[in-house]
Amino acid sequence: MPSRLTVTKTYKLYIGGDFPRSESGRSLPVHDLDERVVAHIAHASRKDLRNAVVAARKAVPGWMARTGYNRGQIIYRMAEMLEGKADEFITALMLPGTHTKREARAEVEATVDRLVAFAGWTDKFSQVLGCHNPVAGPYYNFTVPEATGLVAAVAPDEPGLLALVSLIAPPLAAGNAIVAVSGNHHPIAASILGEVLATSDLPAGVVNILTGNRAELLPWISEHRDIDAVHAADLPDDEALTLRRGMSENIKRVRVREVGEDGWFDADLCTSPWWIEPFIEMKTIWHPAAT
Amino acid sequence: MTTPPENETLEIDPRTEDGANGRPPGTPGTPGTPGIPGSTDRAALRESAVDIEAPAASFTRTLNFTESWDYAPAPERAKVTIAPEYAHFINGEFTAPPSRKEARMRNINPANESVLCEVAIADKSAVNKAVAAARAAFPKWRRLDPRERAKYLYRIARRIQERARELAIVESMDGGKPIKESRDIDIPLVAQHFFYHAGWADKLRYAFPNRDPQPIGVCAQIIPWNFPLLMAAWKIAPAIACGNTVVLKPAETTPLTALRLAEILQECELPDGVVNIITGDGDTGALLSSHPDIDKLAFTGSTSVGKVLAKTAAEKNIPITLELGGKSAHIIFEDASVDQAVEGIIQGIYFNQGHVCCAGSRLFVQESIEREVVEKLRIRLASLRVGDPLDKNTDVGAINSRAQLDTINRYLKIGVDEGATRIEPSRNGLPSKGYWCRPCFLTGVQPSHTVAREEIFGPVLAVMNFRTPEEALLRANNTRYGLAAGIWTDKGSKIFEIAGRLEAGVIWCNTYNRFDAASPFGGYKESGFGREGGLQGLRAYVKFD
Repeated sequence: MPSRLTVTKTYKLYIGGDFPRSESGRSLPVHDLDERVVAHIAHASRKDLRNAVVAARKAVPGWMARTGYNRGQIIYRMAEMLEGKADEFITALMLPGTHTKREARAEVEATVDRLVAFAGWTDKFSQVLGCHNPVAGPYYNFTVPEATGLVAAVAPDEPGLLALVSLIAPPLAAGNAIVAVSGNHHPIAASILGEVLATSDLPAGVVNILTGNRAELLPWISEHRDIDAVHAADLPDDEALTLRRGMSENIKRVRVREVGEDGWFDADLCTSPWWIEPFIEMKTIWHPAAT
Repeated sequence: MTTPPENETLEIDPRTEDGANGRPPGTPGTPGTPGIPGSTDRAALRESAVDIEAPAASFTRTLNFTESWDYAPAPERAKVTIAPEYAHFINGEFTAPPSRKEARMRNINPANESVLCEVAIADKSAVNKAVAAARAAFPKWRRLDPRERAKYLYRIARRIQERARELAIVESMDGGKPIKESRDIDIPLVAQHFFYHAGWADKLRYAFPNRDPQPIGVCAQIIPWNFPLLMAAWKIAPAIACGNTVVLKPAETTPLTALRLAEILQECELPDGVVNIITGDGDTGALLSSHPDIDKLAFTGSTSVGKVLAKTAAEKNIPITLELGGKSAHIIFEDASVDQAVEGIIQGIYFNQGHVCCAGSRLFVQESIEREVVEKLRIRLASLRVGDPLDKNTDVGAINSRAQLDTINRYLKIGVDEGATRIEPSRNGLPSKGYWCRPCFLTGVQPSHTVAREEIFGPVLAVMNFRTPEEALLRANNTRYGLAAGIWTDKGSKIFEIAGRLEAGVIWCNTYNRFDAASPFGGYKESGFGREGGLQGLRAYVKFD
C-alpha cells in the first residue's frame, strides 16, 4: 500500500465552454505502459455529439461577426496558454508509449507554432483568397470569403495533438465554430486542450472537444444535417468513406486529407491559406456604378 | 409621380382595377377612398397602404398594352439547318447517327411541339468510348505549352462570336428561350467565358500563390437545360484551360447547341479527345458519373440529383463541384427606388421563363411599400409579351418541356390550395401549340407554404413582406438553399450590412441576374459548392497540396 494514494483524474468532454461527463455515463480507462489505470476519459456518445453541435451552432454568429484582429488575438492567446501547459502535454503524449520525451516536446512546440501561424491568418486570408472582379459592365463587383459555419474536425491517432490542432485552427481562424473529435491514441492531450481553450478568451461553444471511440462517432457526424463541413486527415479508408458520404446528406463540404505523420511537421504545407479555403464560402457582391 | 412621364399618360388600363377604379391621369382619387389624395405623393401613398381596402391602382398610371396595342410579329428570319439525326462527338469525330434499333430520343421544339430532330442516347459503350478518348488525350493536352493551350480557347471564343446568330437561333428553337435573351445574353457570355479562361491557361501559378497547380484529369460534366450552351461553356472553358480533358453530357431536352459547339471545336482543330460530348438522358448521366476512369465530377442541376452524384463522388473518392437549386430572396426596403426595384424583380424572376437556378423567386417587400410594389408588379407584368421565342419582341418564351410545365402547374395548384392568391395579368394570346405558362405572382404567401420553400423553376414569384431588416434577414436565410439574393435600398451602409449577413453566394445589390465570366458564381448551403467563373472558379479544375 503506497504511503500516499495518487489522485487520478477523470478527463471530461468540452462542450459549450463546460466540462461535462458523457451523458451516456460512459468512460474509458487510460493505461500507462505498466498496464496501470492512470486516468479515465469520457466516452462520448451520439447525444454528446448532438449537444456539441447545438453549442457550436449557437456560437457561430458571434464568432463569425468578430473582427479578424480579435479572432487573431484569441488564437494567439490559445498558443500562449498551450505553451504554459507544455509539460502537462508532454507527459500526456508520452503516456501510451508512442512518444519519447524529445518527440513529445517537438510535437507540443509545433502545435504552439501552428496556432501562432493561424492567429496571423485571421485578418489576412480574405485578402489573399478574395478579390475584385473586373466585369464587363458598369458594376462594382467583388468576391469575399466568409466562414462556412459549423465544421467537424476529426483527428487521426498520430500525431494526436498536433493534427487535432492543425485541423481545428484553419476553419477556426476563418470564423467557423468547431466540433472536434480526438484520435484514439491521445484523448488526454485532447482533454487538456479543452482546458487550454477554456482559459483563452475563446467564447463558449466556439470549439468543442469530444473523446472516446472516434469510429463510433463518425456516422453521426456524417449524417448530421447541422454540420456544414468536415475537416479530417489520415483516417482509415472506411472512416474516411463514412465522412465523405456526408456530402450527399446536406451537401457537406468534406475534406479528408492525406498528410502522413511527417507532413504535419511541414509548416509550409500545413499553414497555407489553402488549409482555410475548404471552409469558407465565396460571396460575390454586385452593385451598379452610376450617378 | 405628380407629373408622370409623357409616355405614361396614354391610357389607363381599366382592368388593373377590375374596371372599377381606373381613372384618367390627373383626376382626383375615387370618392370614398380613404387616404388617397388626388396628387400621389409618396408619403401619402405609404400611409394609404395601411388601409387594406384602398384601391391599389392609384399608385401609377398605366399603358393599356393589351387591347389597343398590337405588336406586329418580328420574327428572327435567318435560316439555320438542323440535321434530322445527331449522335455523339467523340475523339474529334461525330459518331454515326443511331440505327432504328438503337436508343434515340426525339428533340422537341417546346414552342410548337414539332420534332426538330432525333438524337442518340449514349449507352455504356458510347460512354466508355468518350471517357477513353478523354483519357487518351489527357497526357498530351496537359503537357502542351499553356500558351498554346490558351490559343485554342481564344480561337474557340472567336468562332463562337462569328457563329453567334446561328447559335442563338438554335438555342431558342431547342430550349424555348426568347431570341433576345439567347442573342444578347447567353451567346455573348459563352464567347466571353472562353475568351476569359483562355488567358488563365498560362497564368495559373499566379492564381494560386506559392502552389503548383496541376490539372486533375478526365472531367465528367453534366449540365442542365436552362442555359444549354452557357452551361457547357462554364464547364468546358475552365476545365480545358487548366489542362484537363472533358466528357460533357448536355441535358436530355437541349443537346443541339452543345453539338454545334462540337462543330466549332472541330473547326478550331482542338486536339482529338480533349472535349467529348455525349447526348442522352438521366441513364447516360448515371453511366458517365459512375464510370471508373473519371477523375472529377461537375454538375449543374437539381439538389436531389446533386446529392446522388455527391454520393457517387464520395464512394469513388474523386473531387466534385455542384451548382444546385435555389430559392433566392429578393428584398426591397422602403427606401429603395421602387420603379427600378420592380424592373429588377421582373428581371429576377421572369428572365428565361424563371428557369434560372438563381431566380429571385421569393420576394420580401417592406410592409410600408407592399401595396405599391404589388400594384406596380401587376402593371409591369401585364406588359410582358409571352409567346414565340423567335420573335424579337418576346419577353417570356416557352416552358422548356411538357414535364417542366406539369411541375410548374402542380406548384401553382399547391400554392393556391395552401391559401395564396395567384395574380396573372399578362393577356396577349398564346400559340395553340407548345408549352406555355403565363408569368404570375402569388400573394398571401406564408413562409411555411410549399411555394415559399421549394424551387419551382418557372415564372412564378412568391410575394411576402417584412417589417424590420432583422426580420428580412431571418426570413431570407430561412431556407436550405443559398445561391443568390437581391437587395434594393438607396442606403449604402444598409447594403453592406445586409449583403454581409445574407447566406448566399451571389448578392445583387440594386440589380439582379447579372453574369460575367470574371465573376464567380455558386452557392452556400444546399445550393452546392465550388464556384464557376472568375479566379475562384479555377480552383475546381486544378489540384495541389
